[in-house]
Amino acid sequence: MSAVATPKVRGRGWLLAACLVWVGVLLLVPLVGIVITALQPGIHVVTQTLSAPDVIHAVELTAVITAVSVVVTALFGVVVAWVLVRQRFWGRSLMNAAVDLPFALSPVAVGLAALVLFGPGGWLAPFFEARGIQIIFALPSMVLVTVFICVPFTIREVVPVLEEIGLDEEDASRTLGASVWQTFFRVTLPNIRWALTYGVALTTARAVGEIGAVLIVSGLLQGKTETATLFIFRAYEERQIPAAYMVALLLAAVSVTLLVVIEFLRHRQERERSRT
Amino acid sequence: MSTRIVVEGLTKRFGSFEAVTDVTFTAPAGAITALLGPSGSGKSTVLRMIAGLEEPTAGRIVMGDEELTVKSVQERRVGFVFQHYALFRHMTVADNVGFGLRVRKEDKAVREARVRELLELVHLEPFADRYPAQLSGGQRQRVALARALAPAPKVLLLDEPFGALDAKVRQDLRRWLDELHRELGVTSVLVTHDQEEALELANQIVVMHEGRVEQVGSPGEIYDQPVTPFVAGFVGAANVLNGEVIGGHVHLGSIRIPGAAHLDEGAAAAAFVRPHDVRVASGDGDVSAVVERVASLGWLSRVSLRLPGGETLVAHVPNDELHGVGEGDAIRVDLRNPKAFLAPHETSAREEITSPA
Amino acid sequence: MDGAAQTLGGRGGLRSSQRTTAALRHLALRGAAVVYLGLLVALPVVAVVTKGFGDGFVTFREAMATPAAWAAIRLTLWTSTVAAALNAVMGTLLAWVLVRYRFPGRRLLSTVVDLPLAIPTLVTGVMILALYGPNSLFGRFLDDLGVRVLFTPIAIVIALCTVTLPLVVRNVQPVLQELDKAEEEAAATLGAGPRTTFRRVVFPAIRSAVVAGTLLTFSRCLGEIGSVILVAGNIPKKTLTAPVFIFQLTSQFKPAEAAAVATLLFAISFVLVLATTRLIARNEASA
Repeated sequence: MSAVATPKVRGRGWLLAACLVWVGVLLLVPLVGIVITALQPGIHVVTQTLSAPDVIHAVELTAVITAVSVVVTALFGVVVAWVLVRQRFWGRSLMNAAVDLPFALSPVAVGLAALVLFGPGGWLAPFFEARGIQIIFALPSMVLVTVFICVPFTIREVVPVLEEIGLDEEDASRTLGASVWQTFFRVTLPNIRWALTYGVALTTARAVGEIGAVLIVSGLLQGKTETATLFIFRAYEERQIPAAYMVALLLAAVSVTLLVVIEFLRHRQERERSRT
Repeated sequence: MSTRIVVEGLTKRFGSFEAVTDVTFTAPAGAITALLGPSGSGKSTVLRMIAGLEEPTAGRIVMGDEELTVKSVQERRVGFVFQHYALFRHMTVADNVGFGLRVRKEDKAVREARVRELLELVHLEPFADRYPAQLSGGQRQRVALARALAPAPKVLLLDEPFGALDAKVRQDLRRWLDELHRELGVTSVLVTHDQEEALELANQIVVMHEGRVEQVGSPGEIYDQPVTPFVAGFVGAANVLNGEVIGGHVHLGSIRIPGAAHLDEGAAAAAFVRPHDVRVASGDGDVSAVVERVASLGWLSRVSLRLPGGETLVAHVPNDELHGVGEGDAIRVDLRNPKAFLAPHETSAREEITSPA
Repeated sequence: MDGAAQTLGGRGGLRSSQRTTAALRHLALRGAAVVYLGLLVALPVVAVVTKGFGDGFVTFREAMATPAAWAAIRLTLWTSTVAAALNAVMGTLLAWVLVRYRFPGRRLLSTVVDLPLAIPTLVTGVMILALYGPNSLFGRFLDDLGVRVLFTPIAIVIALCTVTLPLVVRNVQPVLQELDKAEEEAAATLGAGPRTTFRRVVFPAIRSAVVAGTLLTFSRCLGEIGSVILVAGNIPKKTLTAPVFIFQLTSQFKPAEAAAVATLLFAISFVLVLATTRLIARNEASA
C-alpha cells in the first residue's frame, strides 16, 4: 500500500516547496525586508518623516487623485459595462477592445500621450491656454492619466456578473411596474454591488500605486505635483533613503490592508454567487 | 479472459468517519455483480478501492491470482465507467476510446483497428470525429463504456453508469448493456442504488447499508429470502407490520402472522409482506380489513387496506382478480410468504408502496 | 434591438412615445460609453501613434536608428520573455497547488499571491532595493558569493516576475477548479501515469488559460516602469529598459522619439492583448 503512496506524496512535497520558495523570495522576504529596513533607524524617523510637509502634501495629493479616479471609473464603468452586455450594436467589439487598451499601453506611453495632447505645442494646448487652464504639469492631467489606467478594472469585474444574471430579473421588475431607474437601483445594482466594490478596491490600489504616467505629466514639481509614489522616487534619487523607505512602508501597509478587504469581498461575492 | 475478484475484509476510513466496514464478497468470473444500496452506503467507495482510486485502510483485493492491493491504478488494468462519463472534453470520440491504448504505447494501426471495432460495438461509428459536448447523454455513456473496454480490461467496473440519464434512455442502455455483457463475458461490478437495475442486470447482488454488507446472493435469493430487515425493506416493496413474537407467530392485536419460529418469545418483531403477497381474492383469509382506496395502475390495482389495529396495508392485485372489491368493503385477506425479523431500532424501512412492478 | 423597438413603437400614441424614450435612453447611454472610451482611451492612443509617425516614417526610422533605442527595446523584450516564461511555469504550478492541495496556510498563500495587485510597483522596487542592497544581510551574502543583482538585468527580471506574479495564477486557477477530477481518474484507470495524465488530460484543458495568462504577463512586462526604474540602474545600452528610456526622452523634451519607441512597444503589446481576449473568449465558448 505504502509503495503506491510514497512517490506521489514526495512529488507533492517538492511542488509545494517550489511554490513557497518562489513566493517567498519574490514577495515575503522583500516585504519583511522593507519593514526591517524602514524601521531600523528608530521610531523618531517614523514621526519625523510622516509629519514632514512634503510627505503630507504628497499623501493628500494621492488621496485626491485616487478619490476622483474611483468615482469617475465606477460611474462610467457601470454605464460601459451595461451597454456592452445589454446592447447589440455596430462597433460593440471595438468598444470591447478599447476597454482593454489601457492594459496594453505602458503607463509611460499614457503619460506621453497626455504630453502630446496638452503639452507645449500640443493639439489641445491652445484651447486650454486661451482659457488660462493649466492641464499638463498640474492636477487635471494627473487625474486624467490615472483614470485612463484604471478604466478596465470596474468594467472587467462588472461585465461577467451582468452577463451571468441575465435579463430575467430586470424583465420581472419591469412587468411589476418598476421604472427603468427603480429597476436599476433596486434590482441591477444590488446584483452587481460586490463586483463593483471589488472593482473599486482594485482601482484604488492601482491609483494609489500609479507612477509611470504621473512621472511624465506631473513635471515633478516638489510640494506641488508630487504624489506619494513620486515622493519616494525623488527621495531615493536625492539619497533621503530613510524617508523613501518610510513612505514606501506606509504605501505597502495601505495596500496590504486593501488586499485583505479585497479578499474578504471576493469571498463574500463567491458565497453570494454559490447561493444562487 | 475473465477473472474473478475476491474482496476480503475491506475497510475505509476518511478521518474519523468509517465509510466502509469489513466488506467481503467474491465477484464470480464472467458475471455481473451489483453493489446495491442507498446513497452513502459505501458502495462507490468499494468500487473505487477495487479500481485503486482509493486506498483501503484495511483488507485486501485479489483479482484472479494477483494481489491487487499493492498495485497502482495504472497497473490494475481495470475498465472504469464513471457516473458523469468523465470523457476527455478536448478529445474526439475516437481519441477518447483510443486513449488507453495510446498511453500503453500500442501500435497506431492496432489502436485504430481497435477503436473502430469498439465504436462499432457501441453503435457510434459515425460519431468518431465528434467531441463529447456534441453528443447526448446516452451516447456519451456509450463512448465512456467503449473507452473503458478498449484496452481489454480483465474486469469492468461501473459506478452508477445510468444514474445521470433519464428514465427512457436508462431502460434502453440497461438492455443494451445486458446484451453486450452476454457477448463479452467480462467480469463486471456494477454500483447502483436502483434495485430494479440490479435485479435485471446482475447475476449476483451485494446489498450494502451504512458501509457494511447486508446480504450476498442471487437476485432471486435477495428478493425472496432477505436475511435482514433492511434487505427486505430496500429490495422490492414491502408492508411492515410491527408486533410481538408469541408462539412462533408475530401478533398484532388479533392478527397472527406465521414464520417467527426463529425469534425469541416476547420479542418485538417486524413482519415484511410484499404487496403482491397480500391476497384479497380468496375471501376466506384470516385477517380482516377495510378497503380504503382502490387505484388502478393499468393491469393491476393498488388496494389500500386498514387493519383493525389501525395499521395500513397495501395490496397489489391484478385487475381480473379484484372480483368487484370496492372502497368501504370489509373483506378478509390472506398474507403469504411473510418474513419476520427482530424489529429494527429505527423504522427506516419503506412502508409506502410506490412502484407497481 | 433598436429596429424592433422602433417598428413596434409605430403602432400607437402613448406606447410609441414610451418606446421612443426607451430607445433614446439606450442611445444616450451608449453615447456616454462611446464618448468616455473614445476621449479617454482612443484619443491618447491616436496621439502617441500619430506623434511617433509624425512626418511619415522619418521620425520613426530616425528614433529607431539610435543604438540606445534598439538596445532598450531588445533589453525589454528579452527580460520580459524570461519573466513571462518563469511565471508561466511557476504560475501554473501555484494554481495547481492552490486548487488541488490542502495544507495549512493555503488561504494565506492565496492572499500573498495577490499582493502585487495591491502593492504600488515602485514600492516593489523599493522592496527589492532593501533586500538586495548592500545594507541588507542577504545583499552582503550574495555579494560575498560574487553575485550582483542590483543594477543588472537580473534585478529587472526579479522586478518583472514579482509584479506579474498573480496574472498566470488567476487565469489558470478558475479553469483548474472547473476541471472534473473524474477525467484524471479515468486516465489513471486507463493506464496513464501522473505525468501522462498531466500532459494529455490536464494540460490541454488549461492550455489556453496558461497561454492567455502568459501573454498578459509579457504585455504587462513590456510597459513596466515603477518596479524597474529604481533597481535597474538605467545604464544606457546595459540596463536601460524601453519604458525608462521613454521617460528619459520626455524629460529631455524629445516627445517624437519617445512616441516612436512607445508606438513600437504598444503595437507588440496590443496584438498580444487582443490575442489574449480572443483566447479567453474561445475558451469560454468551448466550455
